[in-house]
Amino acid sequence: MVQSLNRLKESPSQTAGPYVHIGLTPNFCGIPGVFEKDLGTEMVNAKTKGERITIRARVLDGTGTPLKDALIEIWQADSAGLYNSPTEIRGAADPNFTGWGRMPTDMVSGECVFETIKPGRVPYKPGVLMAPHVTFWIVARGINLGLQTRMYFADEELANAEDPVLARIEHRVRVPTLIAERHGDVYVFDIHLQGDRETVFFDI
Amino acid sequence: MTTDPKSNAKPESGAFFQRDRAWHPPAFTPIYKTSVLRSPQKALLSLDNTISEITGPVFGHDMLGELDNDLIHNFAKPGESAIGQRIIVHGRVLDERGKGVSGALLEFWQANAGGRYRHKKEGYIAALDPNFGGCGRTITDEDGNYAFRTIKPGPYPWPNGVNDWRPAHIHFSVFGHGFAQRLITQMYFEGDPLIWLCPIVKTIPDKAAVETLIAALDMQATIPMDARAYKFDIVLRGRRSSLFENRLEGN
Repeated sequence: MVQSLNRLKESPSQTAGPYVHIGLTPNFCGIPGVFEKDLGTEMVNAKTKGERITIRARVLDGTGTPLKDALIEIWQADSAGLYNSPTEIRGAADPNFTGWGRMPTDMVSGECVFETIKPGRVPYKPGVLMAPHVTFWIVARGINLGLQTRMYFADEELANAEDPVLARIEHRVRVPTLIAERHGDVYVFDIHLQGDRETVFFDI
Repeated sequence: MTTDPKSNAKPESGAFFQRDRAWHPPAFTPIYKTSVLRSPQKALLSLDNTISEITGPVFGHDMLGELDNDLIHNFAKPGESAIGQRIIVHGRVLDERGKGVSGALLEFWQANAGGRYRHKKEGYIAALDPNFGGCGRTITDEDGNYAFRTIKPGPYPWPNGVNDWRPAHIHFSVFGHGFAQRLITQMYFEGDPLIWLCPIVKTIPDKAAVETLIAALDMQATIPMDARAYKFDIVLRGRRSSLFENRLEGN
C-alpha cells in the first residue's frame, strides 16, 4: 500500500431537465416576484467599451429540430481581452461588462439572443494568442452533463487561422462548426448536437 | 460580480483537474430516451484548461434578497406558507482537494409537495400550491457552507417509460470560481425506493457515484417542532497549483 491521495470525487452531473427555467430564469417562465430579474440577461450597459454585437444561437438535435427547452450560458473576455473574474491575474477588466450571460432558448423559435460585445484576444500560453472567442455551456433535458464548446467569428479569418485550439481539430472539415456567420452586427451560431454537422464539443 | 473584499489571499489561478467522465453519466443513455437525439456521437476534443475556462463569474452576497433561501416563504402571500414537509437542506461546497469553496452561487429548483412544477409546459394533474414557487438561491460562506429552507418535493411521473416516476429530488446549479467548474446535478433523499428505479439516476454508471447524490437525514441539524434537516455536500473540480507552470502575466 502507498499513501492515500485523499481526494474527493466531483459530484456526478445530472440533466438540468425540462424545467431548468424555474431555477435559473424564473421570471422567463412565469414565476415573478421571487428574484427581481433573471441573472445573466444584461451583460452590457451604456458605458461598456467595445463593439456591440448580437449573438443569435440555436441548439439542434439529431433530427435538426431546435431545442425549445435548452439553456445556454456564455463567458467571454472584454474588448481588451480581460476576464471579469477574481481569477484574472493580468489586470482589471472593464467594470461595465459582466462577461457572463445566460439565456433560455425561446419556447417557440428555439433561439436565444445575447446582446454583448466582441471580445478581445486572450493568451493561450505566453506569446501565443487565441482568436477572439466566446465560451458556451449548454444544458437541457436529455443532456446528462453540460456541453462545452466555443464560438469563433467568421470575420476573424487571420486570427482563426493561427488559433491553437482550432489547430487541434484533426478533421479540418469540422472547424467551421465553431465559426459563427456574420450578418451586419449579428452573429448566427447553430449548435448541432449530433449528425453530419455535429459541433465540436470539448473535454476541457 | 465582485472579489471578496475581506480576503487578502491571492486567488488561485491553476487549471482544474481533468473530469472523470467514467464517473459522470455518459451522453448517450438510451434508458433515458431524450438523450438519444441530444447526445454528441463524435469524441470530445480534450484540452488542458486555458484562461477562458480557468476564469469564471463570481457573484457577491449583496445580490441576494432576504427570502432567496427560503422557498417556504419566497413565493407565499404575506402570513402564509407553502404546504408540505418542512425541511432544511444544508451542507458544504468543496473541491476535490477537500477545500471549501467560498462565494459559490447555488441555485435550486423543485416541484411542490405533490410533485407539481410551476411551469407552463407542465401538465401533471397534481395541484399547484398557490404559496409555492419552487426556486431559490444562496451563496456559500467563507468555509463553503450553505443552507436553505423548503418543503420536501413529491415524486413526479414523466413520459419516458410507460410508468416511470422521478424520485423526490431538488435540482442544483453550482458556480465555483472557474467556468470549467460549472455543474448542474440533482439531490435525492435518503431511503427513497424510487432512486434505484429511475432511468435518470441510472444514467450514472457507478453506484458509489449515485450515493454521493443522496442527502442524509440529519437529526442534529433538525429544529425541534419546526423542520427536519438533510445534509448534502457538493464537490466541484479541484485545481492544480500553478507554482511550476508558465504564467500568463504580462502577456
